[in-house]
This record gives sequence, structure tokens and C-alpha cells, in this order.
Amino acid sequence: MSIIEIKSLSVFYGRFQALKDISLAIEKQKITALIGPSGCGKTTFLRSLNRMNDLIEDVRISGNVFIKGKDIYQPGMDLLELRKKVGMVFQRPNPFPLAIYDNVIYGLRVHGVLKEKIIEEKLRWSLESVHLWEEVKDKLGSSALSLSGEQQQRLCIARLIAVEPEILLMDEPCSALDPIATTKIENLMYELKKQYTIVIVTHNMQQAARVSDYTGYFYLGELVEFGETDQIFTNPRDSRTEDYVTGRFG
Amino acid sequence: MKRHFDEELAELNKEILRMGALTEESIYKSIEALKTLSMKKAKQVIAEDDRINELELVIDEKCLDLIALYQPMAVDLRFIVMAMKICTDLERIADLAVDICERVLEMADKPLLKPLIDIPKLATLAQGMVKEAIDAFINRDAGQAREVILRAEPEADNLRNLVQSELINDYILKDPSAAPRAVSLLLVARHLERICDHATNIAEDAIYMVEAKVVKHRLGVLKET
Repeated sequence: MSIIEIKSLSVFYGRFQALKDISLAIEKQKITALIGPSGCGKTTFLRSLNRMNDLIEDVRISGNVFIKGKDIYQPGMDLLELRKKVGMVFQRPNPFPLAIYDNVIYGLRVHGVLKEKIIEEKLRWSLESVHLWEEVKDKLGSSALSLSGEQQQRLCIARLIAVEPEILLMDEPCSALDPIATTKIENLMYELKKQYTIVIVTHNMQQAARVSDYTGYFYLGELVEFGETDQIFTNPRDSRTEDYVTGRFG
Repeated sequence: MKRHFDEELAELNKEILRMGALTEESIYKSIEALKTLSMKKAKQVIAEDDRINELELVIDEKCLDLIALYQPMAVDLRFIVMAMKICTDLERIADLAVDICERVLEMADKPLLKPLIDIPKLATLAQGMVKEAIDAFINRDAGQAREVILRAEPEADNLRNLVQSELINDYILKDPSAAPRAVSLLLVARHLERICDHATNIAEDAIYMVEAKVVKHRLGVLKET
């Protein structure tokens, strides 16, 4: 069952067309990977799913993005509510320069959760969900910046899921991490998909092949091919996808 | 842009070709040994089998290295995995040629039970199937691979049945003292039929490599396409 439906989505930065008429359905509680060379539009596409592109000057967007049947580009859309539902993890971990505790509950406070009991419960549940609780339970007051890069990335994921989103967007979440830390995040993604829908942009094709259920290949703003991950990596239908996944591209 | 990986793949292709050539030679020599009941030729095939066994190990190791070092995808991955499977079939074919030679050694000190008619036909067919299946793999020719499966394989089964029925009905049942020599010939026919089965496997793998279609155990899919 699809949770996100994209219909004829085009994005322009000034006169440059970054996305060309993309239509696609993203399945609920699955991991969808977006691959393609730099500048192909995959990050633009990802950022279109929670209207992060709105923040860019001179951007123009046409088409529709339906999340659970509701068009997020309709006037009157509550962006705070949208981004609560569709959270984002970035390339580099971006914890706030605050205590670990404050980082995790930040979103709850923004969304008006004030009851200490609920906050304590959500704090522990979020940190346990990302397997960070045991590591930080005795130093919740320490700065989040004192954690390792991989712990910081897991903390950022905990901060997101504290507000109970349904969709997690991940923009190269492991590109700043070493292979062991990458494995931990990938294992975490595998666990998280039982509850959340994950869309991940990655330059690492092996990562896309390992973690995702579906893969889309973007090139020059077009969605060249979309399909089940094993099909894309063993038997791509489009020769451009084949050239890219076999490294013959360019 | 030319990839270093392409050179490695070309090298693997050459190794498969080399193993295929040695295997074909092995079948040819074993049939010659059978036709002439030559112990010398039979022993030569048995002695030369080690070269093919060694090549199997070399190809297996090369395939594993390529997978581990390059993490191939799509057509490259299919080629390497199928190369691994095909070299197992080639090694088994060479073993069957050795089995035929062992039958020759059993029969060499006695006169042949009967003039060989259908067994040489089956042998020629087996040899041709192996050659065509390897060519199909090396040349990425799925059409040729289909020919091997759809045309040659039923013919091989038919010839094996003819040989079997003749040896049982006309020799073993009529004259039990002929049984040992008849059984040796029956086994030769069985070995040749098994060679045809392995050639079919190679052809099926060639189709998977080229078209990413699984036709193994799916004759319907093969006939539809």
C-alpha cells in the first residue's frame, strides 16, 4: 500500500529544471532508495516530500505530492505538522548544541507537549528505539556534541521519532560515518521500517542494494527507472540504469 | 570510459573458454577411446583430468575475488555467478568423460558385444551440445542456447532410450552371460546422456546471463520466449 503518491512533479530553480515530471508511489513501511550521479535531482526530490525546497529562493514547483491522500502543496498546509509527520535526517549529524536530553525532547516542546511524565516516557522510548539509551542514560545532561558522529546521527533519528512521524527522509545519512558506524545505522533502518516509511538518498550503491526494498534511478532530473531493488541491481530494464549500476556510466 | 574491471571480466571469459576447450577435447578423446577400445587413449583422458580440475579451482577463486573486490551489479554480476556455475558443469562433464574411459578399460580385453551404432550418434550429439552451449555462453547468444535445450536435449533422451531398450531386450534378457558387457555399454549411454544434461544446464545459465530470465525447470517460459 502506498503512503506517498507523487504526480507529475517538476521543480525549477530559476530557469533550471531540477526535476522533470516525476510520478511515483512510495510504499508504506518499506525503504525506498534514490540513486543517481551528483546533480541528478534525487535530493531535490527528497526535499520535495516535506516541502524543504520551499526555503530556497526562486524555486517553482508544479505537480502534486499526496501523503496519505492529502496534497501537501495545497494552500493552507500546516508545514509544522507536515514536518512532524515527515522528518528528515541529514548528511552530517546536526544535533543542537544542547544537552542530549534537550535535543530529544526539542520537538515535543515545539509541538506543545508539556507534561513531564509524557516527556520522560517519549525520551526513553526514542533513545531505546535507536539503541542509544544504554549508552547515554547516565549522561543525559551532557552536551550532544560530546557524542561520536554515529551516536549523534542516532540521536538525530531519536529526536525525529520522539514526535512520532510516519515517514523518515534520509539524505546520505551515512556519508560522514565509518563502515562500522554505517552498519549500525543500516541495522537501525531495518528495524525502523517495521514502523516507519523510509526514503533514503545515497551515493553508495551497495548501501542502496543492502537496505532498500525499492530503488529509483534519477538522471538529469528524470526518474529513469523505478522498481524492486533486486530487479534494479540484477536486471535493470533501462540501459542507462545498467550503465550506472555497473559503473560504466560516464 | 574503459574500466579495469572489464579487463578482469575478459580474462574470466578466456578462462571459461579454455576450460570449455579442454572439456570438449576430453569428450572427443573418450569417444575415440571407446570406438577403438584403446586402453592407452582411455588412460590418457583419465590422466589429463587434473588439468580441468585445477582450472575449476582457478575460475572459482577468480569469481569470488571479483565479487568481493568489485561488488558487481546487473549483467556483470550475472556473468560472474553463471561463470561459477558453468565451470562446475564443465568439471562434471570432464568427470563423465573419465567415467566413459573407465568403462573402456573394463571392456578393452573382450570383444565388443555388438557394433556401436546409436552410442556414437549420442556421443556426437553430446559433443555438439557441449560445444554449442559453451559458444552460446561465450558469445552471449541466447538463441543458440535455446536451440541446445529445445532441439538437442529431447534427441539425446530419445537416443539413450533406444540404446537402453536394445541392450536390455536384445542382449541382457536373451543371454544373461552378455550382461556385464551390456551393462558397461548401458553405463556409457548413461554417461553421455548426463553430459547432455550438463550441456543443457550451461545453455540455461547462458540464457539467464543474457536475458536475466530463469528458464531452468520452466520449459513453459522457454517455449513462450
